[in-house]
Amino acid sequence: MKQRAPSNERRVLRRPPSQGARRLLAIAYRLLPTASCLPQSRQSGASPWHDALWRLRKNRLAMLGLTALAFFVMAALLAPWIAPFPFDKTNLPYGARPPTRTHFLGTDELGRDLFTRVLYGSRISFAVGILATLVSLTIGVTYGSIAGLVGGRVDHLMMRVVDILYGLPFMFFVIILMVIFGRNILNLFIALGAVQWLTMARIVRGQVLSLKTREFVLSAQAIGASPRRLLIRHVLPNALGPIVVYATLTVPAVMLEEAFLSFLGLGVQPPMASWGSLASEGAAAMETYPWLILFPGLALTVTLLSLNFLGDGLRDALDPQITSGR
Amino acid sequence: MLGYILRRVVGFLPVLLVIVSLSFFMMRLAPGGPFDQERALPEQVRANIEARYHLDQPLWRQYVRYLSDVGRGDLGPSFRYPDRSVNELLALGFPISLTLGLCALAVALTVGGAAGVLAGLRRNSFLDYLTMSFALGGISVPNFVLGPVLMLIFALGMGWLPVAGWGTWKHLVLPSVTLGTFYAAYVARLTRAGMLEVIGQDFIRTARAKGLREGSVVLRHALPGAILPVVTYLGPASAAVLTGSVVVETIFSIPGIGRYFVSSALNRDYTMVLGTAVFYSVLLLLFNLIVDVLYAYLDPRVQVR
Repeated sequence: MKQRAPSNERRVLRRPPSQGARRLLAIAYRLLPTASCLPQSRQSGASPWHDALWRLRKNRLAMLGLTALAFFVMAALLAPWIAPFPFDKTNLPYGARPPTRTHFLGTDELGRDLFTRVLYGSRISFAVGILATLVSLTIGVTYGSIAGLVGGRVDHLMMRVVDILYGLPFMFFVIILMVIFGRNILNLFIALGAVQWLTMARIVRGQVLSLKTREFVLSAQAIGASPRRLLIRHVLPNALGPIVVYATLTVPAVMLEEAFLSFLGLGVQPPMASWGSLASEGAAAMETYPWLILFPGLALTVTLLSLNFLGDGLRDALDPQITSGR
Repeated sequence: MLGYILRRVVGFLPVLLVIVSLSFFMMRLAPGGPFDQERALPEQVRANIEARYHLDQPLWRQYVRYLSDVGRGDLGPSFRYPDRSVNELLALGFPISLTLGLCALAVALTVGGAAGVLAGLRRNSFLDYLTMSFALGGISVPNFVLGPVLMLIFALGMGWLPVAGWGTWKHLVLPSVTLGTFYAAYVARLTRAGMLEVIGQDFIRTARAKGLREGSVVLRHALPGAILPVVTYLGPASAAVLTGSVVVETIFSIPGIGRYFVSSALNRDYTMVLGTAVFYSVLLLLFNLIVDVLYAYLDPRVQVR
């Protein structure tokens, strides 16, 4: 009898929070600028972008991902103000303890607050994700549009190079790069970006090839637009959809790779911490302090899941032809 | 077909040359040699070591020497394990890494393929949503998070499986699942999409109209067409399995190539890092070739030229 009472109590207690959580989510969904700044209605004769964003808004999973991401990014930006403790403040006598009211994700072996460390880790993870994606975007778009625009033998040669590079074990080269040029964060995102541009180059080249024979490009060419102007003003804006979609999908890939390198000890170096290096520390101590791996791992997984939701949603929204078959 | 394979293999040579040269010069341009230690070595000892590894010769001669050695299949001595050559270390680790990689691919293909077929056959059913949610989750969980968590539950918590190490088949279960989950998820999505595409086509209707049993329709007629995207994915997947095995071998203390690679990268053991990268590149090129040949075999529309 004694054992049943608390379990009943717990069951009663559990219901309202889940309803409340749902209501909270609904409110957050409405309040969030990310959701509310997207088109609220489908107008006739709206621009393709307006239409695409409307489709995105209708996609529940994508909006859920966007909302979660907005929370994470905001938390990462505001970390110095939100964090309850300095991120490298140790408390040796306190040591590693499971979550309590003051340290609500627990502490690590040096008594550092895990919530603070996960929060600061998110800054590194997001920064690497975004910056490395920008690097890959720059290289990929430049390479792909040159190949597509020049065409002919140059195009053939450039694409052969991409084909060859595709067959290589890339992470090994990133590791070699990190070993050679030192394990600092600037090298990290350059190395990651430098190996992530292949697919982007292929996509852009394909788009440029198909766009450059269209009438509006030909007419611009006829009135004497320079190749540079042709590319920037006429071709690339029309290839933006696939570029945006693929860039969104590159961010989680890069974040995962950063975490992978940091996990192996080749990425971010202490006292800085990223989600990968936190997971690595956690894995080393997990037998005794399982929360040290669980929370950073959870943060990384939820972020990657949200980015994948958003990426899939954007693809469906910007490229309706692809998905109509599925 | 034989001519095609031969031409592809010949085409590997310039690629390998580029890989070897690139990694060689990157390694040599790096500041700090492999024998830089906290304690400065006596001048004579240092000179002797450098002479032994031919580091005292001009760069181009080192390069030519390395190229001719690699050409003969000799990847040189390991800098960190002076009594071992890189070839020996690779030969020691490769069977282990290969076993792990093949088991992971087997997990991915059987679990992912079965889930994809079922989801594709019952589109928009509860089963479909369930498998696809699992697939999305599987794609988003990094293997270095999944590995420790599985270890925590099944080895430390339940005590069903050994925590780490190598030896019996039991040691193989957790690493294979850890490594295979991502690909199982991806394969499930690919198979489902392929299934949806194939199942609506005329020849499937004909097969059903002939009165074939459903199992035969699915397995003999629909499946070969539906798994074509999966076969294409096998090339990149094998590359990623190699990469992933680095982490999984580290987590589960498996003495495969991946672990050597990480420790040698951390120790600046140049010949070992270079040798592993070259070895993996050859492996991948070969695997991509096999995949292409397999694809031509499965899809008669593809002409091998």
